[in-house]
Amino acid sequence: MKKSIKLNTPLTYKEIKKLRVFDRVELTGSIYTARDRIHKELIKLISKKKNLPLSPQEAIIYYCGPTFCKKTVTSCGPTTSLRMDEFIEPLIKIGFKITIGKGRRSPNVRRLIKKYKGIYFVTYGGCSAYLSQFIKEYRTVAFPQFGPEAIYEFKVKGFPLIVAIDSYGKDIYSYL
Amino acid sequence: MKKVDLERVAYCLAVKANVNLRKDCLYLLKKAYLQEKKPQPKEALKIILDNAYIAFQKKIPLCQDTGLPLVFVRVPKNMQWNNTYIEKINKGIKNAYSRNCFRSSSIYPFSNKSMFNPKIIHVEFTKNRTFSLIVFPKGFGSENKSTLRMFNPTVSTRKIFDFIVDSVKKAGPEACPPFFIGIGIGGTSDYALFLAKEALLERMDRPNRNKLLNLWEEELLKRINEIGIGPMGLGGKFTALAVKIKMFTTHIAGLPIGVNISCHALRSASFSVNIEKIKVV
Repeated sequence: MKKSIKLNTPLTYKEIKKLRVFDRVELTGSIYTARDRIHKELIKLISKKKNLPLSPQEAIIYYCGPTFCKKTVTSCGPTTSLRMDEFIEPLIKIGFKITIGKGRRSPNVRRLIKKYKGIYFVTYGGCSAYLSQFIKEYRTVAFPQFGPEAIYEFKVKGFPLIVAIDSYGKDIYSYL
Repeated sequence: MKKVDLERVAYCLAVKANVNLRKDCLYLLKKAYLQEKKPQPKEALKIILDNAYIAFQKKIPLCQDTGLPLVFVRVPKNMQWNNTYIEKINKGIKNAYSRNCFRSSSIYPFSNKSMFNPKIIHVEFTKNRTFSLIVFPKGFGSENKSTLRMFNPTVSTRKIFDFIVDSVKKAGPEACPPFFIGIGIGGTSDYALFLAKEALLERMDRPNRNKLLNLWEEELLKRINEIGIGPMGLGGKFTALAVKIKMFTTHIAGLPIGVNISCHALRSASFSVNIEKIKVV
């Protein structure tokens, strides 16, 4: 098995284009949680041409609804990426081209990732106690009223990822 | 006479289920880890086992999706059932979720406020002497992949198997394989799915007592593992770790088949006691 590649955020295109499907990555830096309802809200903001709470060029989106206890993150595993597929087009167009989740994406998402030279990572689903070890700090960024579905910034160190769709449109799940 | 505080029991079961991986599941995961040869799925299985260990040690949930906490109550024949018991169970579960910072994953559709407890309780009156309470937090990554098909009563087992294998294939990597698969055969449309869910409460590491069903379970497991999704969709030998079937009477005009899939974090905790020695409070 190939050694995992250590990377820091924000990821540059130079780094992204070197990654291939099945590559394992240890990510250090900031990632931002967003799931179903946040995606709906972000789309609303974009269509109204309002300011976004995240920088599209830098932010890595993590599909996750975490839990907290005594101000630490206790659980932070990925959620099913397929549910976010219908929202991705307007987001990837303005720069959100790096996403982390679990499972397959639709063929359209694969095409968009190839077109905009993005990347899609998966991480270990249902292993949130394990993943919480890699989160050093967190802060609420926006929409605190959504509770676990709000946008949180996670400062991660060595967060384990696997490349599932690379910038060339190759998909680890294409056999299914 | 020992007193059993239902609220306390429900509280403890909800915590235990979310924090401790079931022993039978742990056993099958370890076995799979030892047998897997491909490095990437083997690593994924190792991480799943590490996760169970960390959750147990730190007393934190196995998965951030602490699920919908479903409750199964089995009431024995000599027990006086009191409606306040339901409230006690609900309160115990709600407290377990809120005090241990489990995610409030329940929501009334199209509303904004999430809750801790969906208050789904299945009460069954049995002929047994034991009273039992089971808390089964069901995650929705896998629940979303449930399937039902109403077959003709003359259908061949091959067609039923094809349907089941296809359901698992469609569930794919996003439902967090390796899976545990519950199958309900018979009843009505709703009851077949209920049986499928109940099948997930059986011991996963033990063969079915019904010889025919045991044979089917083995064949299905073999066929499902041939799909090759593997842990986290990384391939390898183990797409599922166990298949459990429950069968029940149905109408002569049909044959409902329900498939309920559980992710590798199959969580439930049960309490049972002989009713003659206790007093429920």
